[in-house]
Amino acid sequence: MSWLQKLLPPKIKSKPQGAKSVPEGLWSKCSACEAVLYRTDLDNNLDVCPKCGHHNAISARKRLDYLLDQEARFEIGAEVQPVDFLKFKDSKRYPERLTAAKEDTGEDDALVVMQGSILSLPVVVCAFEFKFIGGSMGSVVGERFTRGAKVAIEQNVPFICVAASGGARMQEGLTSLMQMAKTSAILTKLAEARLPFISILTDPTMGGVSASFAFLGDIVMAEPGALIGFAGPRVIEQTVRETLPEGFQRAEFLLEKGAIDMIVDRRHMRQRIASAITLLMRQPAVSGSA
Amino acid sequence: MKTTFLDFEQPIAELEGKIEQLRFVQDDSAVDISVEIGHLQKKSQELTKSIYAKLTPWQISQVARHPQRPYTLDYIKGLFSDFEELHGDRAFSDDPAIVGGLARFNGQTIMVIGHQKGRDTKEKIFRNFGMPRPEGYRKALRMMRLAEKFGIPVLTFVDTTGAYPGVGAEERGQSEAIGRNLFEMTRLKVPVIVTVIGEGGSGGALAIAIGDIVQMLQYATYSVISPEGCASILWKSAEKAPEAAETLGITATRLKTMGLVDKVLTEPCGGAHRDPQAMITTLRKSLQDALKQLQDKSIDELLEARFERLMGYGKFKEVAIG
Repeated sequence: MSWLQKLLPPKIKSKPQGAKSVPEGLWSKCSACEAVLYRTDLDNNLDVCPKCGHHNAISARKRLDYLLDQEARFEIGAEVQPVDFLKFKDSKRYPERLTAAKEDTGEDDALVVMQGSILSLPVVVCAFEFKFIGGSMGSVVGERFTRGAKVAIEQNVPFICVAASGGARMQEGLTSLMQMAKTSAILTKLAEARLPFISILTDPTMGGVSASFAFLGDIVMAEPGALIGFAGPRVIEQTVRETLPEGFQRAEFLLEKGAIDMIVDRRHMRQRIASAITLLMRQPAVSGSA
Repeated sequence: MKTTFLDFEQPIAELEGKIEQLRFVQDDSAVDISVEIGHLQKKSQELTKSIYAKLTPWQISQVARHPQRPYTLDYIKGLFSDFEELHGDRAFSDDPAIVGGLARFNGQTIMVIGHQKGRDTKEKIFRNFGMPRPEGYRKALRMMRLAEKFGIPVLTFVDTTGAYPGVGAEERGQSEAIGRNLFEMTRLKVPVIVTVIGEGGSGGALAIAIGDIVQMLQYATYSVISPEGCASILWKSAEKAPEAAETLGITATRLKTMGLVDKVLTEPCGGAHRDPQAMITTLRKSLQDALKQLQDKSIDELLEARFERLMGYGKFKEVAIG
């Protein structure tokens, strides 16, 4: 029985006129194919539309939850918190933006780092929270990333980063630009230790994040349809004064141009990461239960 | 060459205009007005000094972009001998927005690499307004590796609005090219001295700016985003650029205070373009000192200090969790 047959008739029968009786968030419309989906089905499918395969944006915690085994997860770098050292003020003050982002996401900055395992392989994984000021990279993101990589080196385990970011955080001025240098620099130590860095690019990966560690992966993966690039499409359009080709800066375009190794469906991500890690580290294959 | 004056320099421009007129009169006049001219020149100097004493960050960013400001090739000509320019990334093409090559500095071999802007319209287009494409960064990396192979110190000059935002640049991996340089420069086994001479525009600047000593000319700027870009994103109006320049903290003195640059090189009164020779003298002295300082250290010490410097970037607080 399909999800539609299972769910539609009883709802319609029991409360024919009561739109209000349907709990909030039970249904979800796919932003790509506009199919109406039952929330539970979407959840069970890792937020990938079962109809068209569109990969919906997910939070950093959800990402880590989808990637890591249930047991033995430890968060790294949560003690590192943002400060407004420039007293930055545009239409809003920076602390106000931080507070609003925290209320919105439950996070105190745009990167969550965890030690755990994928199919029983020990790893350290970072995930960007795009809803936290556009997943922008400032001091806290740089420091948490660095601490995560250091733990990976100490524990002799692979390091993985799932990017979703608009770039550097303007509210921290040049210090945020220097996070590009810092995050790239720590990867030289990971390389010295011959530990894999797997970089996973999701929608969107732009600017300072794209132009630092994101493409320094020993293996670079991307989710289908993800927008990935240095300059934003609007900036490029204004510069070259022409409309951009269809699919420009999408994962499929990058694969064609030779910029990434592979496009990986979120539903296969755990197995593909495990496979890449075991192959690189010359370890036996893991049995492939998701 | 006739000096181009910026908006805020208009009072100086008027005075200089008057001096010019008097000189013209002097040529076919029996009366000696050289005293008067001398007096006005002194006044113009003082006026320049007083205006430059209190420049706003936005005004400084105008000076950093001054059309007559010395560019990388001007400094190469003034500082080095036997410059052998090297071309191409060996993969796609040669990017004229980044120049570099081998040269002698006080007789010693160095590798110099810098962004290059154009002076007239034709050269501006040829140099792509100093905005590099991936092949520029790859050429730079190739030259750095060559320097490393032969134990030659690297001197870089930073002066770009930013990496070029174009279709081809994206297709050929602008992001990867920049990221790769950050990674490789971290562990490049020769001394690297970075000088921001004009505009330090974001990732496009940083891609040749990882080093052991980072110095800035007094009226150079270094920023995560241009004031205009920042204003149009955060204020939704490019007109707020002066406010953005203020709050972003892009000037040499501010960045020195924050510990992001090591040294600020004082410019001649009215900016480097008013007296390029004096600027070159200052720069020569400073590069000599920097080289001396770095060459006294072992390469391991150098790399460790470079790494620790990179790790030290960032301001945050640490709180107890749980």
